[in-house]
Amino acid sequence: MRYLPLNENDRAAMLARIGVSSIDDLFADIPAKARLDGLIEGLPTHASEMAVERHFTDLSRQSLSAGDAPFFCGGGAYRHHVPASVDHLIQRSEFLTAYTPYQPEIAQGTLQTLFEFQTQVAQLTGMDVANASLYDGSTATAEAVHMAARITRRRKCVLAPGLHPHYAQTVQTAVQGETMDMHVMTPAMGADADVMGALDDQTACIVVQNPNVFGELVDLEPLAKAAHAVGTLLIAVTTEVVSLGLVKSPGEMGADIVAAEGQSIGNGLSFGGPYVGLLACRDDRKFIRQAPGRFAGETVDEAGKRGYVLTLSTREQHIRREKATSNICTNSGLCTLAFSIHLALLGEVGLRKLAALNHARACQLADRLDALDGVEVLNQSFFNEFAVRVSGNASQIIEDMAKAGVLGGIPAARLFGAGYFDDVLMIAVTETNRDEDFDALVVALREAL
Amino acid sequence: MAMNSTGRPTAPTGDVPCAEDLKTFSGSRGLMQQEPLLHEVGAPEKCGVDLPDVPEHTARLGGLERDETIGLPGFSEPEAMRHYVRLSQRNYAIDLGLYPLGSCTMKHNPRLNEKLARLPGFADVHPLQPQSTVQGALGLMAELSDWLVAITGMDAVALSPKAGAHGEWCGMMCIRAAIEERGELQTRRRVLVPQSAHGTNPATAAACGFEIDELPADDTGRVDMEILRAKIGPDVAAIMLTNPNTGGLFERDIREIADLVHEAGGYFYCDGANLNAIMGKTRVRDLGVDAMHINLHKTFSTPHGGGGPGAGPVVLSKRLSNYAPLPYLVRDGDGWALIEEAAQSDAKPFGRLSVFHGQMGMFVRALAYMMSHGADGLRQVSEDAVLNANYLLARLSEEMSPAFDGVCMHEALFDDAFLKDTGVTTLDFAKAMIDEGYHPMTMYFPLIVHGAMLIEPTETESKESLDRFADSLLLLAKMAKSGDTTRFTAAPTLAPLRRLDETRAARTPILRWKATDA
Repeated sequence: MRYLPLNENDRAAMLARIGVSSIDDLFADIPAKARLDGLIEGLPTHASEMAVERHFTDLSRQSLSAGDAPFFCGGGAYRHHVPASVDHLIQRSEFLTAYTPYQPEIAQGTLQTLFEFQTQVAQLTGMDVANASLYDGSTATAEAVHMAARITRRRKCVLAPGLHPHYAQTVQTAVQGETMDMHVMTPAMGADADVMGALDDQTACIVVQNPNVFGELVDLEPLAKAAHAVGTLLIAVTTEVVSLGLVKSPGEMGADIVAAEGQSIGNGLSFGGPYVGLLACRDDRKFIRQAPGRFAGETVDEAGKRGYVLTLSTREQHIRREKATSNICTNSGLCTLAFSIHLALLGEVGLRKLAALNHARACQLADRLDALDGVEVLNQSFFNEFAVRVSGNASQIIEDMAKAGVLGGIPAARLFGAGYFDDVLMIAVTETNRDEDFDALVVALREAL
Repeated sequence: MAMNSTGRPTAPTGDVPCAEDLKTFSGSRGLMQQEPLLHEVGAPEKCGVDLPDVPEHTARLGGLERDETIGLPGFSEPEAMRHYVRLSQRNYAIDLGLYPLGSCTMKHNPRLNEKLARLPGFADVHPLQPQSTVQGALGLMAELSDWLVAITGMDAVALSPKAGAHGEWCGMMCIRAAIEERGELQTRRRVLVPQSAHGTNPATAAACGFEIDELPADDTGRVDMEILRAKIGPDVAAIMLTNPNTGGLFERDIREIADLVHEAGGYFYCDGANLNAIMGKTRVRDLGVDAMHINLHKTFSTPHGGGGPGAGPVVLSKRLSNYAPLPYLVRDGDGWALIEEAAQSDAKPFGRLSVFHGQMGMFVRALAYMMSHGADGLRQVSEDAVLNANYLLARLSEEMSPAFDGVCMHEALFDDAFLKDTGVTTLDFAKAMIDEGYHPMTMYFPLIVHGAMLIEPTETESKESLDRFADSLLLLAKMAKSGDTTRFTAAPTLAPLRRLDETRAARTPILRWKATDA
């Protein structure tokens, strides 16, 4: 077995040194009734690298990958071009095969990149500080709600009508263990400002997504003002962080906590994971003490040299156990690194241009689609994703287009459940879409209508 | 003087200062390059990505353009390569040496798995593409489920948890849902958690709304059965037990523990962090377990990546499988379908763990690992992992003090008794290991042992590697006992940095770079 260095001579010598006669003597504590004498049933034996590779290549071919089709899916995961150097760097052994940086003297590589990541996330979101990442945007949103409830000592939470429904479900699931008073507003376009009607002095937080799940841009400023007037926190959610290169940041508009999906910078689609959850907040002791997850912080070593450590861990489960701010242990290590490297390669100039390109291309496609019979663009505003009403069942249309080799977006019913927005399609555009892709979408859509 | 063929001397001439004394002008030390922060060396006008020009268009941003400067630094590609390669060289890694962190299972990460995870049918498919276009990806999830079910003997598996702690929460929420359906949520409040448990266990039970009742260990390092019997009652929702436990010991009474909990109407949650010790040697089902998460990043070798991403699928017994969260996979003719909405489900899913279906990138790597090993290889993995740990336990016991008598499973636990009166602490000893070129073991955990040192070598270490490691540790232990304390209390002196001031970091938190006025 190519991954196992011991041979039979080694094993015999080691058993002798231990002072037992057979390997099973080391497993004697397993109750006799539960011991497995033969091999695990129903599984093949070991396989060569060549055989395994062949099997996976066959499986891979059974899917239509985004790179092989005109591709317009978004809905919380976006296909952007990631420079080759990003994947090369995250595969360096020293990053890939390191553990959580519990011994800072020999983990400065990981710790410094986390500190840089935290700074980039804070800048991008317009907030003061950010943590070292959570699992993904949806779990970050759930953690933000817990955090807001602890900070305000209130139990009511309002989810805006433009919040991604699977984010809303994630939050609702996450609060089952406590007595939260959840107000989930009925999904609707152009209705996010309605959260103000649900505000009162018992409300811990309002959760508003921007761009929202329909792709609309939401002015958070009046919502923040209304929330702050009754002591409520505004949690701003973003599922497409490239938008922050062009759209006013949640920090600038008055958000108290930002929960975001960082996938679209540095990380591929990967069928939904692993991704990288961003959590940023105000530089307020109360906020930071109630934040979940890891923080890297600056300090000095005994010789006075600058260095970084994991810090504020008295919030965390390995110290606080049942009184911790969250049960989370890991962050999204390598995905944060990919995010950080890609963003460093873009820099401010590159990010702004990338965002402008995404928006411009989306505007071009929206105009083309709006001119088609039986298609109506519903958005007044958008970044790179918008909703269109089609004359027909959107799910069926997507299936028909897929048969023609076009991945033409996401039927809204896939997000909201059948019976809601059955005639609405969500279409996302990025820098990866060429004019030929636009042409193919138009042709496929015409035929499917 | 000896000269080589080009006329250069082949031996040093004259005196050179020794490494510790030499102060360099650049701050770098030979191959150890000094590297400032991204924000100190990058610049907002620099860019390492070429993009096409932005076409003419009328903006539809609703008047929400971002005008303020963001301040994000940029790099050209060569500058980026240097920054990150230099930083990488300040990390210890499995590929550099033995990484004996107990309960973390730092084994070799096969590179085949990295290659396969990047195949387009897994890496470049969208989670919400039509299901007819992702049958390969769904098929992979189904195969992974089959392997996990076969290895554990359980009835179902929930794939979507994103890490071990997320898996714990998923399993405990299934238990909560089952208790709720029985109408006992108000009365079954207590979850029994051994003192030796990972911190995530009590944190998870608390997040599910349960009360935590701690179980002390007996003299052998296992659950104290008398105390357990006294604590069991109709208000117990579950026991959360790690097996093998964090002392590296198999809980001999595990079947009796399961029976006691079940007779009282509760459930048995097993923390699967240490599955690497028992694969192919026993099936979790036969131990009486109702739910167990599996850390794909430990047992099945998906890379730890400096702290993530992980993946924590949960296997479930028949009485819990009905409550598994959305989305889940079902057979659909010749292919597979994802059930994504409660309305489509004929089961009673307790909810949704996250926006999509789980850590696909980790699924691919873990399945490739399993198929490479096969049933025979997986059993050999556990046998070699346990053999390696016991070999170290036997060798290190010459100078160090094992916490408990007898053999161990996949990790060997020592206390600090051998350092008594030496002036050297567990922390000092660990830091001295850094100077020897090793990552320290897990320190001060589990909490049930004084000055704990938990050593898990894993099966991917050769005997020669274990011998070199043991030789170094034995000499260190002798040195500590002989009174050479400076080597320990000053350690590390040969790492990129000396000991860091963690108190200062926590008291005056600096969590980001900020521009300073020139």
